[in-house]
Amino acid sequence: MLADIILTTLINGSTYALLAIGFSLIFGVARIVNIAHTAFYMVAAYCIFYGTHRLGAHPVLAVMMAIILVMVLGLICYRLFIEPIREHEAAVLIATIALAMVFQEIVMLIFTGDFRTVPPLVPGYLEFAGLKIAYQQLLSIAAAGVILAAVWTFLAKTRLGLAIRATAQDREVANLMGMNEARVAMVTLVISVALAALTGAAVLPLMVLHPHMWMAPLIMMMAVVVLGGLGSLKGSFTGAYILAFSEALVVFLIPKGAFLRESVALSIMILVLLLRPEGLFGISFEEER
Amino acid sequence: MSIGSPVLGADTIKIGVIGPMNFLQGKHHWNGALMAQDKINAAGGIQVGDKKMKIELVKADSNEFLSMTDATNAMELLLTREKVDFIVGGFRTEAVLAMQDIAMDYKTIFLGCGAATKSICDRVGEDYDRYKYWFRITPFNNMFLAKTNFIHLATVGAIMRKAVGIEKPRVAIVGEKQAWVEAMVKASEATIPKLGLEIAGIWRPSQTATDVTAELSAIQRENAHIVFTIFSATVGVTFAKQIGELKIPVAQVGINVEAQKDGFMEATGGMGNYVMTLNTYARDVEINELTQPFVKGYIKRFGEVPAYNAGTHDGINILAESIKKAGSLDSDKVVAEIEKWDGNVAAGRIKFDQNHDPIWGPGYLTGVGVQWQDGKLVGVWPNKWKATPEAPEVTYKGIVPYKLPPWFIEKYKK
Repeated sequence: MLADIILTTLINGSTYALLAIGFSLIFGVARIVNIAHTAFYMVAAYCIFYGTHRLGAHPVLAVMMAIILVMVLGLICYRLFIEPIREHEAAVLIATIALAMVFQEIVMLIFTGDFRTVPPLVPGYLEFAGLKIAYQQLLSIAAAGVILAAVWTFLAKTRLGLAIRATAQDREVANLMGMNEARVAMVTLVISVALAALTGAAVLPLMVLHPHMWMAPLIMMMAVVVLGGLGSLKGSFTGAYILAFSEALVVFLIPKGAFLRESVALSIMILVLLLRPEGLFGISFEEER
Repeated sequence: MSIGSPVLGADTIKIGVIGPMNFLQGKHHWNGALMAQDKINAAGGIQVGDKKMKIELVKADSNEFLSMTDATNAMELLLTREKVDFIVGGFRTEAVLAMQDIAMDYKTIFLGCGAATKSICDRVGEDYDRYKYWFRITPFNNMFLAKTNFIHLATVGAIMRKAVGIEKPRVAIVGEKQAWVEAMVKASEATIPKLGLEIAGIWRPSQTATDVTAELSAIQRENAHIVFTIFSATVGVTFAKQIGELKIPVAQVGINVEAQKDGFMEATGGMGNYVMTLNTYARDVEINELTQPFVKGYIKRFGEVPAYNAGTHDGINILAESIKKAGSLDSDKVVAEIEKWDGNVAAGRIKFDQNHDPIWGPGYLTGVGVQWQDGKLVGVWPNKWKATPEAPEVTYKGIVPYKLPPWFIEKYKK
């Protein structure tokens, strides 16, 4: 049973981590709570479906097209709907909820509410310790690992990454040091939604597509980010696997209560916040940033 | 005169069709109603007293998968703004209960074509004067759904014994977390051991779960041979898809509403083969003389086999006949006629019990057991079914033998 729990944790944890890091990145840098983050993930998934099924494109080409399209969409949304109200965090939050709903309705109009899937890139499975693991699951875990490593390298080793981290640490000082904070925020949002699109690409063959598929991961993603500490990438990464582990435990140990897995995960989050209000790797006071 | 009745002399009979119109269930509600409307109107309409009145359908999107408020608002709009005379449709129990109350407030006949929960009809028995305007057309109630599914389970269990020699197949009960499933899970726990089967465990995933690999791993660990599915939502697609991808050696039997639809194969990426579910109609199965004309006409017009929600077609036909007999659109008079109804519609013979629930059983509604075989949805039950040892065998025309998944046979064949 341990092998099952670990595998389930790795699959779900990687998805949550990918989503949460993108969400955390834009919050850390620009204090933008982008509720539409998982809606971008849903849009990317439908773009890939459209590319592969309707246009007959190669899956890799469809993924590239989807990422570019979602980045452009993210940029347009930022310039039109977020930038003008950026200083009002509550307004941004509401605006991004509205954006998510708009995306949902547009997708519903185009694709209807019917369920869709895309075939796995690598069909088949392997048997390990009496357990069947689809190659696509392993591919998704590997893709998540590569994407997370790439994001880490980008933030740690590049000048733009340095600018993003500097802005995340202290926007005002970064501005005084000559960084164009508004531009960094815009670039970060585009990177953030690109991450959402990449997540869609990585896990899409494991999922069932429908216009409301953005809602369930949104709740878990926010729980991960809050648990890890708002704006902390390390926290998001750790939080993702903690919550995925708790979900797997519920399913395997309380089969009749499998539907409670999200509730249990959220309860763990509340418990951690009671003991450590800033989250696992968060900063206690805003002034410390 | 009831509040919901129109002034006689109006040109048309307005029938509200309510359902989640952006989803397959709502689409089939509407399509079934359209089929009935066109046939009745082509024949000149419904004879009401001394004049013929045509049907006018009014579409109402209940959006009930997502919002109860949208559902109740849609019902209110049908009754107050559109001033419809009758209503057909509804899908989710939780929404139907709320919509039923609104229709009853207006004393307007509401023919349910989606929700299975028995308690919806029990309300008629508990407070007849208030709830008599409600009738369920399809499906038959969840207790009979369960009973039919247990017959399917026993049938598949017997096939397993014969094919691979598993004497006591182990059954994993997997039911989504929704109101209508509760009674079925309880009944399953009590009944499955009596069928010569063994319960391997009970799993209750969320109805919208997009990943059930954890549940599937646990089911494999319990060495289940059959998965008894009780699904009406997305999880039915996820579950079948992931079982097909991993070729988990189990037979899926039960209710999987998504598997009733022609789009199931596309939704599962071609992984839905060998899923068996209860259905109302099947492509080549003839329950009575009315079944195939309706099914073929539906396929010709809409390009797919009708889902059970297309029972709006049967509902409107029953309504039309009852209006004709009542000679009036008055709800109370029409209710009295529907209560007397005993006749064939495309889904089988319908007769209502005292709670306005359709009677289940041989000679009445039984449903059709369908299975995905080689990418096609075919009828596999009833196939020489005897309701009691003394009862005559029932086999509908067009039924083919049930097939176990080849990877199941490969694993267990001695």
